[in-house]
Amino acid sequence: MLKFFRRNKGLQLFSLISPGALWILLFFNLPLLIVLFISFVERGRAGSIKIPPVYTIENYRQLFNACASQFAGPECDPLLYIGIFGHSVRIALVVTFWCIILGYPLSYFISRQRQIWRDTLMVLVIIPFWTNFLVRTYALKQVLATEGLLNSFLMGLHLINQPLDLLFNEFAVVVGLVYGYLPFAILPMYASIEKFDHTLMEAAADLGASPRQAFLRVMLPMTLPGVVAALVLVFVPVVGAFITPDIMGGGKIEMIGTLINRQFGVSRNWPFGSAMSLMLMLLVLIGVIAYFRSSSEETRRAM
Amino acid sequence: MAEFAVEMQDVLKQFITPEGGILSAVNHVTMQIKDGEFFSLLGPSGCGKTTSLRMIAGFELPTDGKILIHGKEMSQVPAFQRPVNTVFQQYALFPHMTVEQNIGFGLEMKGVSRAERSMRVSEALEMVRLPGMEMRRPKQLSGGQQQRIALARALINKPEVLLLDEPLGALDLKLRKEMQLELKTLQREVGITFIYVTHDQEEALTMSDRIAVMSKGVALQIGKPEEIYERPASKFVADFIGETNFLDGVVKGQNNSIVEIELTGTGMIYVESSRTFTNGQRVAVAVRPEKLRLNFDTKDGNNLKGRVEEVIYIGTDTHYGVRFAGGQKVRVREQNVNQEYYQLSNPGDEVTISFTQISPRILTE
Repeated sequence: MLKFFRRNKGLQLFSLISPGALWILLFFNLPLLIVLFISFVERGRAGSIKIPPVYTIENYRQLFNACASQFAGPECDPLLYIGIFGHSVRIALVVTFWCIILGYPLSYFISRQRQIWRDTLMVLVIIPFWTNFLVRTYALKQVLATEGLLNSFLMGLHLINQPLDLLFNEFAVVVGLVYGYLPFAILPMYASIEKFDHTLMEAAADLGASPRQAFLRVMLPMTLPGVVAALVLVFVPVVGAFITPDIMGGGKIEMIGTLINRQFGVSRNWPFGSAMSLMLMLLVLIGVIAYFRSSSEETRRAM
Repeated sequence: MAEFAVEMQDVLKQFITPEGGILSAVNHVTMQIKDGEFFSLLGPSGCGKTTSLRMIAGFELPTDGKILIHGKEMSQVPAFQRPVNTVFQQYALFPHMTVEQNIGFGLEMKGVSRAERSMRVSEALEMVRLPGMEMRRPKQLSGGQQQRIALARALINKPEVLLLDEPLGALDLKLRKEMQLELKTLQREVGITFIYVTHDQEEALTMSDRIAVMSKGVALQIGKPEEIYERPASKFVADFIGETNFLDGVVKGQNNSIVEIELTGTGMIYVESSRTFTNGQRVAVAVRPEKLRLNFDTKDGNNLKGRVEEVIYIGTDTHYGVRFAGGQKVRVREQNVNQEYYQLSNPGDEVTISFTQISPRILTE
């Protein structure tokens, strides 16, 4: 029996792969199918679904026309949900932009240090991960609060007379998300930049390229895979984020994530929440595919 | 145009070591490189040759001293504005660009039109004998081909000086020899000053018009290959360039240009020198293995008795290791000039080692 196993490479491979594959199948693919199913049925009284199920596409219609809901008031905005989708995408793009703009030079700086410093600095980047995300977000909230650290500091220096409104607005949400997701941008960009051979920058300078030209023509294209990875790793979770917009936005900033969260919570509308989740998935999928279609061969190979 | 293509005037380059000390990679070096010259910086790793080259290229700035290119001081000129181009040790071709884009990069930076660029790139490819390679990627090329592309990428810009940092180091021996001759021919054709960094003394001797031998940040000797080889100024140069026998001795007297030196336990030798020595001075007599003869008495030369310890046949030559009575050991190189190989002597044989009075060099440092 053991001999047979040793000889059979296919069986060995199967036994290595199957636990992970089974895990994904059971706890990822199957639930997704359940979500797909729920999104096409009517909601039940207690919040879950009607049994036996009644099939409908009403949940999707409601997404594109908010007034189709049975609870819609007279002055409802038919594009309410589409607007929130758009708003989420916009916030996610802004957050991704800042993560890359802040993360790239930092990754570059770290990659240029001596080995021991590089390791230390990378640990400093990762350390916040060891703290609970919720705790970190609440801590940041304390910093930005009306009587928080930042305002007290600025008042103490007499730079401002009135505390600034730094919390419960889009600014706060963006700051919170950039804070939370910056390491996700730094890690892949650092990996790319660290591998980059800096002799190539000297070669570019030697051939008459100014530092700016050398960066745009040589370093950026060659580290683009890291930037693209950062873009995907930040944009995808941020567009569906719900904890940070909830805490930092104080309920005033609506994003897809908070909206979906509400459907499974207070609104008790699982089918509508499921439909929204799938739309979000579809949106991200289309976005990523479109990006790779338009981006160069190089970046596609890198992913 | 100034007489010298490149001048280094008392150039000092210091680095801070990881331990916090100060390392003088280039220690007050002065040298003048003539226009159109094939000039080599030769020395072991860490001697400062690459740092010197990098300072001329503008990748490093001197801590002190001046670097002039055709009479123009360079300290305020960044690398990308200097009239020099470099062929890097590992070629440093841009992997994300085609061969055409690589070679045309310098012209593109200068704002040369696409059409002219494309024409000049194919000319450059002809020059390095790789026509039609435009659309390849560097990864698809062999080491030798990458090397030629790197050369074309630098030369297409018609630099005033071409800097080469061990460009043949990564190639195998046969290809390296081929490229040495090719580079030399190319340099004559284009007439551009080449500054060539290498640790390979044979390569430097083969290609250079002049060589600067460097060690520990100092230029020990600058001269033509034959000067460096035949008249080394120091023990280091004699030892680094080619093979040398060192015989320690004491000066016993001097009769005009003939110096009498006693090799302890072995006997007196007579060596011609233009320098003056004092009696009792300790010196090292350096003599090349090919200038020693085995059992070939010379009338007014030096003849020393010794015993053969080993015989090594290496094809073109046979090397004999011979120990003198005083314990000094020398290596003798006899060329195998005859069709039929025959060994001049066997280990254990008593032999006479002869050399003329003019072949050794007396070195004091």
